[in-house]
Amino acid sequence: MTATPEPYLGVVDHTPVRHHILSVLVENKAGVLARIAGLFARRGFNIYSLAVAPAESGARFSRVTIVVDAESTPLEQIVGQLDKLVNVVAISDISPKDALERELLLATVKTDVDNRTSLLDIIANAGAAIVDVDAKSVTVMLAGTPGGCDELERALESFAQVELHRTGRVALPRLGKTASA
Amino acid sequence: MQLTGAQALIKSLEQQGVEVVFGLPGGAILPVYDPLIDSSIRHILVRHEQGAGHMAEGYALATGRPGVAMVTSGPGATNIVTPIGNAHMDSTPLVVITGQVASGSIGTDAFQECDITGITMGITKHNFLVKSAQEIPRAVAAAFHLATTGRPGPVLIDVPKDVTQSMMDWWYPSTIEEYDLPGYRPEVPLDEDAIARAVALISQAERPVLYVGGGTLKSRASAELLAFAERTRMPVVTTLMARGAFPDSHDQHLGMPGMHGMYSAVTAIQKSDLLISLGARFDDRVTGKIPAFAAGAKVIHVDIDKAEFNKVRHADVAIQSNVASALLALDAASAMPKNLDAWWSQIRDWQQRYPLVYEEPSTDGLLRPQHVIQAIAAKAAPGTIVASGVGQHQMWASQYWKFEEPGTWVNSGGAGTMGFGVPSAIGAKVGRPDRTVWCIDGDGCFQMTAQELVTARAEGIPIKVAILNNAYLGMVRQWQEMFYDERYSEVYLSADLPDYVKWAEAMGCVGLRATNLKEMHDVIEEANKINDVPVVIDFRTDSSEKVFPMVAAGASNDDIMVHPLQRGASK
Repeated sequence: MTATPEPYLGVVDHTPVRHHILSVLVENKAGVLARIAGLFARRGFNIYSLAVAPAESGARFSRVTIVVDAESTPLEQIVGQLDKLVNVVAISDISPKDALERELLLATVKTDVDNRTSLLDIIANAGAAIVDVDAKSVTVMLAGTPGGCDELERALESFAQVELHRTGRVALPRLGKTASA
Repeated sequence: MQLTGAQALIKSLEQQGVEVVFGLPGGAILPVYDPLIDSSIRHILVRHEQGAGHMAEGYALATGRPGVAMVTSGPGATNIVTPIGNAHMDSTPLVVITGQVASGSIGTDAFQECDITGITMGITKHNFLVKSAQEIPRAVAAAFHLATTGRPGPVLIDVPKDVTQSMMDWWYPSTIEEYDLPGYRPEVPLDEDAIARAVALISQAERPVLYVGGGTLKSRASAELLAFAERTRMPVVTTLMARGAFPDSHDQHLGMPGMHGMYSAVTAIQKSDLLISLGARFDDRVTGKIPAFAAGAKVIHVDIDKAEFNKVRHADVAIQSNVASALLALDAASAMPKNLDAWWSQIRDWQQRYPLVYEEPSTDGLLRPQHVIQAIAAKAAPGTIVASGVGQHQMWASQYWKFEEPGTWVNSGGAGTMGFGVPSAIGAKVGRPDRTVWCIDGDGCFQMTAQELVTARAEGIPIKVAILNNAYLGMVRQWQEMFYDERYSEVYLSADLPDYVKWAEAMGCVGLRATNLKEMHDVIEEANKINDVPVVIDFRTDSSEKVFPMVAAGASNDDIMVHPLQRGASK
């Protein structure tokens, strides 16, 4: 990844406004993710990130958190088409300002005696944790806001990176706020 | 009661009241064809799986009941993809059953394996891969429920061979809950507030138009439409998918809008101040250039599918409902526009100045295709069903045939599938054996699916096929003449190759030919006397005939081109 980094604008702790978060409850059946991905592909909707896991009600349903680009396609159209998928049970649109978003970042970076202290500082400042370590490298984990993950990702750029993975965000409405169905 | 999966599948179809299945057997679906022998269900053995799909569509369009097709895995399944896509575009209720290789072989590139649920994901309303025989009744019941409720559409059931061969304890779901469709809610309560806002918009309207789409037919709302239109005196246009939803003989009917629509229908929409869309979807063939479409009109959009709202055109009032319920609610609220006398006198002027016209048929030269259609219509029994392929002949059939009731026009709208005519006419005749069924076809379309006339003869399905044989892929030729400097690229087919009369005879049909006016009248009379076998007539028509009016692709509807005979007259 050698793309020019965007200018640093400080911590963004919620999704930019053009991105909308759809929390989609789906039947946990084979091919459901393909149906969603296929719908987005054939209708030209853009997915910014996507996270899937079994939902609260056990094995019958899964929750898909999709961050969509609501600027290129009206949200109403995305929700309307998504709702027509028979396996989609419920869609809540969480407005960015009402969203409580979290994401997980895992990164393995190389380190040596010269920079180990500054790495430990970065980890401590970010509220991240060391989950694995050997003589030459450290694996760091952060469960935090997407902005916090962005911030840590930037801070780790000065270290030789072996690998960096992010899960894509999951979200719930903030307490006292409701999602629109 | 213990049944095989195959027996359960057939019994489930019987439970759904299926009277006919169009299909063709093969390896993976073989087990299901065995219990079919003992079933009351009629099976029509097609000559190509595409024919099975289009027949099922024709059956559905003519009867309003879901069409059912059954084919084998692999190429059998891929051959029916075009009809599935066609039914998806036109919201036609279809249940398609495909055989699949045994569960254990799925994913191994087994003989005649293909991922048909993957292939059809984007062109079905839903599809199922059934994983156990016990689940077959639920899949069938759910498929029919999905295909026929809400916005109808095709549903595919893929059944692996081991599933149809294994045993199950017979059961059948008795409630919708047992269909296990927690995410499917086809109907929502009518939004009374939206109705009130619609009534308010209507009360301000001086130039309203009822823009009637295929959803009006799908929700069987013709009676409600007639009552609403007559009470409010609003002008009516019916799209290609809605022909027959409102009688063509009614004096409030302006005909079809769109690219080849009536001048008065197109222009009334353009000049309207309120467009009431009833189960229509603002297709590009209707709107032309979207920003220029009915630019001064407010829009009331009635549709069962909320994803249609604001997809193409902003809806000032969106009413998510079937058309019949929405019209009843508007009637109950006494929705009434302003006095429409001035609007009607404007419309009558357009109608008078720009009726449909074509050049006088000559007594010795080639036939005028429009004239052939009118001559067939003049001698057709009341209630005749017309099917068509796609192209010039389709537009002329829609323009010149007078449709008086639902289910009498069978055509491929959204997908524009050439070859739709012959098999869909066969399906329509199977569904409505009491009716005369004419297929108005083109020579290009006929050659794509004509082999199904063998099916028609073998199964005793006496349809009548009129080939408007102009020796060209006529609509493409028209575009090349008008927009490509008359550079005709790969559109010539020859009028004599194949010999359509001999071909018809080889398929067990009566073959007739008409090359001049006298023969035209004679062969139509002769065809009308034949009621036991299919008839094919080769009408030799003038290839220079073009469909008018016409709005060029992407042009504004204001720039509608009328027939050359009408040009020069002031608009």
